[in-house]
Amino acid sequence: MLRINNVEVVYNKSILAIRGVSLEVPDGKIVALLGSNGAGKSTTLKAISGLLKQEGGAITEGTIEFEKEQIHGMDPDKIVEKGIFQCIEGRRVFTHLTVEENLLTGAYTRKDRKNIPDDIERVYHYFPKLKMLRKKLSGLLSGGEQQMLAIGRGIMARPKILLLDEPSLGIAPLLVKEIFENIKQINTEEGTSILVVEQNANIALSIADYAYVLENGRIVMQGSVDKLLSDESVKAAYLGFDKKEKGDIREVKSYKKIKRFV
Amino acid sequence: MGFLLQMIITGVVVGSIYALVALGFVLIYRASGALNLANGEFVLIGSYICLTLVAVYQIPFIFAFLLTLVFNVLLGMIVERVVLRPLINAPTISVIMATIGLSSLLAGFAHMIWGYQTQSYPPVFPSTPIRMGEIIISPVYLWSFIIVIIMLILFGLLFKYSKLGLAMRAVADDQMAASSVGISVKNVYLITWGFASLVAAVGGVLLGNINGVDATMATIGLTVLPVVILGGLDSILGAIVAGFLVGIIQNLTAGYLEPILGGGLKEVIPFIIVTLILMIKPHGLFGKGGIERV
Repeated sequence: MLRINNVEVVYNKSILAIRGVSLEVPDGKIVALLGSNGAGKSTTLKAISGLLKQEGGAITEGTIEFEKEQIHGMDPDKIVEKGIFQCIEGRRVFTHLTVEENLLTGAYTRKDRKNIPDDIERVYHYFPKLKMLRKKLSGLLSGGEQQMLAIGRGIMARPKILLLDEPSLGIAPLLVKEIFENIKQINTEEGTSILVVEQNANIALSIADYAYVLENGRIVMQGSVDKLLSDESVKAAYLGFDKKEKGDIREVKSYKKIKRFV
Repeated sequence: MGFLLQMIITGVVVGSIYALVALGFVLIYRASGALNLANGEFVLIGSYICLTLVAVYQIPFIFAFLLTLVFNVLLGMIVERVVLRPLINAPTISVIMATIGLSSLLAGFAHMIWGYQTQSYPPVFPSTPIRMGEIIISPVYLWSFIIVIIMLILFGLLFKYSKLGLAMRAVADDQMAASSVGISVKNVYLITWGFASLVAAVGGVLLGNINGVDATMATIGLTVLPVVILGGLDSILGAIVAGFLVGIIQNLTAGYLEPILGGGLKEVIPFIIVTLILMIKPHGLFGKGGIERV
């Protein structure tokens, strides 16, 4: 169980990115974190994985707990060893390494080296396409293939929880569907908990059990997926307009006003 | 014909040492994106340490050599920890300035301890030249070449097949992504500086055996810079190929052009080649310049 309590993050000692963010990822569940550009979704993930430091960010308040242990302030490599693996935004595969070498980097912190060849096969089981490309430089792969590789790199670490930062970014809609099906499959077959950050709320909610909505650095709404899907304001803001509301900008504005008080 | 071959072989030997010192530059450039302008001083200090161990403390050469390597690895790591670690998120130019300061500091120490006089190694390698047909090679050249080739092969294998090599390549490729998979970028930096200093020491000891040691040895850092740029700053293969290339061209210049055009051309020619090649290939012969998907 990953639990974030009342976390505040400040960049360069001056820019407040998120404030009072609390969320939970129970074991074996998929949790979605939704929100628009600049809402603080990626910051939340980096606060968990410890990558914040490299960008000049710091957790100034609150705690992050993983399996009853405080993990905030640890170096990223220690956090990976604890079983939390973040697939960072924009895929970021090692472009000058081959596909297989990329997968090996994912297993960098693993102590049980002899199981690694089996795990590579497991990645190929989820993403058969990667097997054909395994000797190829990963910089030459398509966006979708790179995203599969980035997630595969995550599987190689055998994490207890996988943090996915916008897996749909810059990928053809058809492939997005496929990749989210793969994520669901990893969750059920491996029992890995998943915290997925998305702008594409429709696709994220299609696989998630629970969701949080983040806006201007605060959590403005949370609930089970069924509850959020039936909520009018969420539909209007994140899932596209209903036909009858189409074009009426006032509806949206009033929604925003109400929401400030949540 | 014999003269030409002789020049080429001398060039290959000198070039192999260039390749080794260039490797030190490339390792650090790949890891941190900065040039280590104190590389020449690592060469100098490595050479002096080994000389002191052999000449003053009378330690057999092979042990002195190994001790020097250990010393230089530690020196490289200490420098990283004290000077460069605080600059980890600083702009590249700050890092380069720090290495310039470092080079003055290390050179100053070396002069304080060992002075400015040229000192020569006691003869380590046999001095009877080896004759192969028309060509004469002195054993110290042959041994240098063999040692360099062994070092280069070892480093090649390390990079391609070891876990550490994979981590070093991953950090060179994308630091943020490397941290995200659990590679400790700090540790990789530390080890990289250790390695860079180690190869510099090997270069220094070999050069010292060939020419003797004095304060001017540190200028090899400058001579090797065109080699590194020619090979492409981030390419290890490039550094090696360019090292041999520059060594050979330098010696051919010394043999054929200097008698006509006057001395000193040997020192200038690498820079002329680099300028010409960079006009055609801006990333050097083997530089990456980014993979583009089509």
